[in-house]
Formats: sequence, C-alpha cells, structure tokens
Amino acid sequence: MERAVVLKGITKRFPGIVANDGIDLEVKKGEIHAIVGENGAGKSTLMKILAGIYQPDEGEIYIFGKRERITSPGRAIELKIGMVHQHFMLVDRFTVLENIILGAEKRAGITIDEKNSRKMIEELLSLYNFSLDLDARVEEISVGQAQRVEILKVLYRGADILVLDEPTAVLAPQEVKELFVNLRRLKEEGKTIIFISHKLDEVLEIADRITVLRRGRVVGTVMPSEVTKEELARMMVGKPVFMKLEKASVPTGEVLLSVKDLVVKESTGKTVVNGVSFEIRGGEIYGIAGIEGNGQKELAEAILGLRQISSGQVTICGRNAGNLSVREIRDLGVAFIPEDRHRQGLILPMKVWENMVLGFHRKKEFLKGRSLNLKAIRKFAEKKSEEFLVMLSSIEQSIEGLSGGNQQKVILGRELSREPEVIIASQPTRGLDVGAAEFVHKELLKKREEGKAILLISADLEEVLSLSDRVGVIYNGRITAEFKPEEVTLEDIGVYMLGGEVKAGEGA
Amino acid sequence: MFLAELLASSLRMAVPILLTALGAVFTERAGVVNIGLEGMMIAGSFMGALGSYYYGPYFGLLLAMIAGLFMALIHAVNTVTFRVDQIVSGVAINILAYGGCRFLSLAIFKMATTSPRVSGLPKIDIPGLNIGFLKPLVSGVSPVIILALLLVPVSSFIINRTVFGLRLRSVGENPLAADTLGIDVFKMKYAGVLISGALAGLSGAYLALEHTGMYVEGMTQGKGFIALAAMIFGNWEPVGALWASLLFGFSEALSFRVVEGGAIPYQFIKMIPYVLTLAVLTGVVKKSTAPAADGVPYERGLK
Repeated sequence: MERAVVLKGITKRFPGIVANDGIDLEVKKGEIHAIVGENGAGKSTLMKILAGIYQPDEGEIYIFGKRERITSPGRAIELKIGMVHQHFMLVDRFTVLENIILGAEKRAGITIDEKNSRKMIEELLSLYNFSLDLDARVEEISVGQAQRVEILKVLYRGADILVLDEPTAVLAPQEVKELFVNLRRLKEEGKTIIFISHKLDEVLEIADRITVLRRGRVVGTVMPSEVTKEELARMMVGKPVFMKLEKASVPTGEVLLSVKDLVVKESTGKTVVNGVSFEIRGGEIYGIAGIEGNGQKELAEAILGLRQISSGQVTICGRNAGNLSVREIRDLGVAFIPEDRHRQGLILPMKVWENMVLGFHRKKEFLKGRSLNLKAIRKFAEKKSEEFLVMLSSIEQSIEGLSGGNQQKVILGRELSREPEVIIASQPTRGLDVGAAEFVHKELLKKREEGKAILLISADLEEVLSLSDRVGVIYNGRITAEFKPEEVTLEDIGVYMLGGEVKAGEGA
Repeated sequence: MFLAELLASSLRMAVPILLTALGAVFTERAGVVNIGLEGMMIAGSFMGALGSYYYGPYFGLLLAMIAGLFMALIHAVNTVTFRVDQIVSGVAINILAYGGCRFLSLAIFKMATTSPRVSGLPKIDIPGLNIGFLKPLVSGVSPVIILALLLVPVSSFIINRTVFGLRLRSVGENPLAADTLGIDVFKMKYAGVLISGALAGLSGAYLALEHTGMYVEGMTQGKGFIALAAMIFGNWEPVGALWASLLFGFSEALSFRVVEGGAIPYQFIKMIPYVLTLAVLTGVVKKSTAPAADGVPYERGLK
C-alpha cells in the first residue's frame, strides 16, 4: 500500500514547551486516518506543520514517498495537501462559487472565467455526490453546507490529502452523518483523509486507523475494531476516565429561575428569541440543546441583562429581573459561564489574579477603603487556583498564557465561589479536553446537589443529555420540544434541532 | 433651459464628489477606512494648480494624482503596515494636507491662501447633441467630467468582475480567509488605498483647474467627507456612488440657484448639502452594509 504521508521524528518546540516530540506517523493512501488527543496534545501543531504554517525543528516529512519540506501553505497545496479549518475561512457575503475559486481563479484576461470555474466545480460536485447551490451566499447556507464549501475549496485546488481539523464540532448529528457519507465517498475516489477529533464515538465510526497523541508524543496507532471507547480514552488521558457521570438524585426546591414568554429582538428588528418559557428549580439542571445560532446566546444574555428584553418576563429568585442592570442581576446571585470565554469571560492580557475577581472587585472583602485590597485578592486567587486545580506558573501570569481548560477553571473559580443561586452555563466545555470537561461537569453536578438552579446551554448533545434533568430543544428562537433525557435518543433530539424534520435537498 | 442648466450645474458639482467617492469605494472594499480623502483632495487641488501654473493643465492633473498617491501611501503605511487607527491616521493626513498646502503656497506663490489663475483643460463640445435645450449639458464640457462618468462602469467592472476585484473585496470582508488562500492581504489593501488617493487627487485638481481656475485654501469645503457619505449612501458600489453624488451635486447646484432667488436666507440654503449628508448618514446607514472587515487592521498570526 502506498503511503501518502510519512512523518519521522517530527519535533516542534515553542518557548517553554515541546508541542511535538519525535512524532512518527504513517498515513496510507486512501485511508481515513484519525488523530485523537486531548487539547494540548499536539494535534493542531502537527497539522499546521503538514499545512506549511509551522516548520518543524527536527524530523522528516515524506509525501507520496518523496521527502519534502513544506515551507508555506502555498507549498502544501502544491503537494496536494488541503486543510479544512475548524473555523471556516469563508467570506460570508460572497457566493459559494466565489468562495471556492478565490485565490485560484480561472482567468479570461483580467476577468474571472466564471463559466469554466462553474463547470469544473459542478464536475467535482457530481463526482463526489455533493449537493450545493453555487449561487447562494455563504451567509445564507447551513453550517454543514459551509463545511462542504470548505472541502470543495481544497478539492478545487487539487488536493489529494485532506486534513480536517475537528470537523464535527459545529455540526448536528444528522449533518455529521452527511459529512461521513461525503468522507467515505472521497475515500472511494482515492483521497486520503486525516481526521482530527477528540470525539471518540465519531472516530471509532469513521476511521480506518486511529493514532493517539498525548503530550506531544504518539501513544500508539490502533484499528477501531480492536479498541473500545474506554481504552481509547485511557490512551488519550493516560489514566482511566469515568465516562459515565454519577448523578445523585436531588430533591428539587423552589423555582429560582423562571422565564416566561421571553422575546428578544436584534437591533435590526429580527426576533432571535421568540416566546421562550421555562422554570428551573433549585437542585435542577435544565439543558438547552440546539445548533448554535438559534437564539441560545441571546437567551443567556437576556437573562443576564446584557440584552434588552422585548417582551416577557425573567424572574430570578422571586424577583422580576426584566429591568435590572447586569450588576443588579449578578447581585441576585447569578453566575455566568459565557460561551466565548475570550470575549466575555476573561480579559486576556490581564493577570490571573485580576481575572479571578473581575466583577466582584467591589465586594467588601477585596476592598481596603476605596482602593483594592491587593493582598486579599491575591490570597483569594491563590486559594481558588488551588481549589479548582488551575495549572499555572504563577497568579501573576497573564491569563492568555493558560490553556483553554485552565482558563475555564479560572472562570469557574470566580463564578462558583460566590455562592450563586442560579448558574447560567453556556457551552461550558467547548474546546476543553476530556479531563477538563470532566472537571467542569463535576463542578456543575456539585452545585446541583447544593440545591442551585442551573441553566446549561450546550451544542454538545451528549453533555446536555448526561447532565440535565430536563432538556429543551431550541430552534429558531423557540423551544420546540422538551424531554427528560432518559426518554430520548440522540437522533430524536437531532431531528428537533434541525427544525422538526430533516430538510429535503440538504442530504448529499 | 433652466432645468438643463440646473442639471449641467449639478453634474459639475457632482464630479468632485463622484471621483472621490469612487476612490472611497476601492479603499473601503479593501477594508481600509480613508477619512483622509479630504486631505488628499486638498493636496490635489494645490498640486493641480501648481502643475498647471508651470507646465499646463495635463501636468497639473498628473501632479495632483501623484500628490494624492503620496498622501495615500502615508495612510497605507500607517494603517496597513503599522496598524495605526485608521481614523486617527486620516485626521492627521487632513491636517497635514491643510498645513502643507498653506506652507507651500506661501513659499511658491507668496500667497498663503490662493494661487494665481491657472489654465484648465480645453473644453469639449459633444457633437451631435448640441441642439435646443440640451445645449448647456453638452457644450463646453470638461474632459474630467467625461472621464469621471466613464470611471463609474470601469470601477464597477473592476470591482465586481475581475480577479483583482474579487481579491480586493475578499480582503475587506475576511482578510484571514484571503490570507489562507494565498492572497497577499497587504498588497491588496495598499492597492485600494492608493487608488483612492489618486482619484481624490484628481478630484482636487478638477476643483482647482476646471471649477475655479485657481487654488483657493479650503476650496474642497468638506467634499471629501461628503464623498464618504455618498459612498455609504451608494452602498459601497460605484454605480450607487454615482447616484448619491448626483444627489449631493444637485442639492449644491440648487442652493446656488435659490440664492439668486433670495426668498430664504442664503445661509440656510448653503446648508442643504451638509444637512443632506447628515440625514443620509443617520437614515440610510442602517440599510447599507459595509464590508465585514472594514476599518479593522489585519494582523497576521492572530486568531
């Protein structure tokens, strides 16, 4: 069997860490090769080396048997390596066609040869059995379709080796299925696919072989038929992981958060939350499942007072919170774990200890007269860092230097240590590795046992189902269905997430 | 006859706004806000007069465009290479142009605020249409007017149909995506800013050579800013900028006519173009859509 990619002893160092430490990897032509590992295991670094974004410090790269140096992204494309980024690199206002040809336009003089470009893309579409409307603007198409555009972009450039970085992170279960159908079709046509993920179920389903990375080293390469999910997880983490969460039965208390007929509008007048109602009692986790962009973010922000409510009511601990400021709402005992921790949860250039008291810096214990009591704050930060197992060199470090998981722990430490009654957790484990995610889950369950009300908004269905006592599915700003997690399957919920029916014509 | 004259006058008033607005379309589609267009027009008006004074009107136009280019290069170095705030850099350029022209005027013409009279381009009579009421519109037309009108479809074609245009737009919408596709983001941004400078310079020269026949300090009267409003009103499209410029030109032409009538205090009439600008910016901006990365400096290696 011909080998598409062979890596020998690839080492890449960054100041302070060795991201890749002597990595050997063989990817056969025409296989789907999954690379799994926790965040920080070196997956992304390795792929960026393949894509020509980073240069390895040591080691050799062979592409189709020839030793190569991939000096730039352009060189990677010449070597027929195409990267499908996790965050789509698309121009929203351009059409699908324009996005695909951008940077590699077929020319007729100085103008774009649209006819020939279109013909070539349509040939690709029919060869791989993709369906896409080339004249639709990217802002109008679904996430799954946008991903297909990304894949087509690299195919259009003649890629034979496709590197997909966490491709399923943003997709609904049905869309994941479609993606897998597409990937298998690509494989049949002889393309080689490198699939990066930390979702073990998916990896086991799609991959021909799986290489596990841990702390920059290869732990091993296995066939999916030979391992169980638990074994894979153990390889990734290096210690046994509890895949099932222990959920104690907790008596529910009073209604702490109640949302009634909530309507939120964008400044453009578009309704983004459209009559949402639910109640959460103490000791309860209410999960909201849904594909991103269906009003989850706006819902959380409206409850917190970050967004104006058009109509409806939000009651927190018995008080009408509709007209309160964010600060007043926070003082009612609301903790907020934002979905985008870089934008909302933290101030990246600021130090760990500063971030640890953000928003609570007015509390008596952190003040000395009118100025901050730095000593008390530092002490508090030290204590919380220890309690929440934040790995850091010092609390004087700026928070952008921490890994995502540790940043999230700082947010948890800050938000949960104020004895909140209501916790709004928005995508609390996004981008976290298995270990850190488990930590977050445990903390949330602990708060549940303490009788707090928790609103859990997550695109990760497994997370929602395993943590929540009740689950509402949000679609287009409405809660379209409500379940107890034990009553439903992933697939059922997936159908509701896509609007109650799998849209015709989207299937590939 | 009155109507045709009014239209002809509108067109003459619209041309400087149009030229600069076309430039603004290029720079903003590449994602760089260029509030320094006013200053580039000032530089163009002075250098146009200077060039024409010594070597004739064609050289004046050329010199004006070079001056605009040079000012734009400063803006591009500031904002694209060094990622200075685009508004700050633009304001600095406006001040630089104002002071620089005053200084040069004093040094060269020994007058701080005006140049001697200079000659403009030979006027053209458009043949065949020179009949009846159309006469004011087609006789004695400045070649720059014709050039400006031709530049509308040309710009539209360049931006919307060519490879260059597609890449220019991609840089203004999502520079990171463009960069990953091997497009030289910095080069495209420079191109957009430089084109805007050249056009603003030309526009300034039109004011000095074709309009008044001399350079007068402050002769741009904020037309660079009005051009930005026209570009926004025209939804970042050359054709839209044409209609918006004509509207502003019309309001200015109208203000001259009404002054002659004298019914309303003339200060109020003079306000029309500026009030219109404000109204446009508050009312229309909501409906128009700027390029997604307009005004945002692009830095490599940032997520």
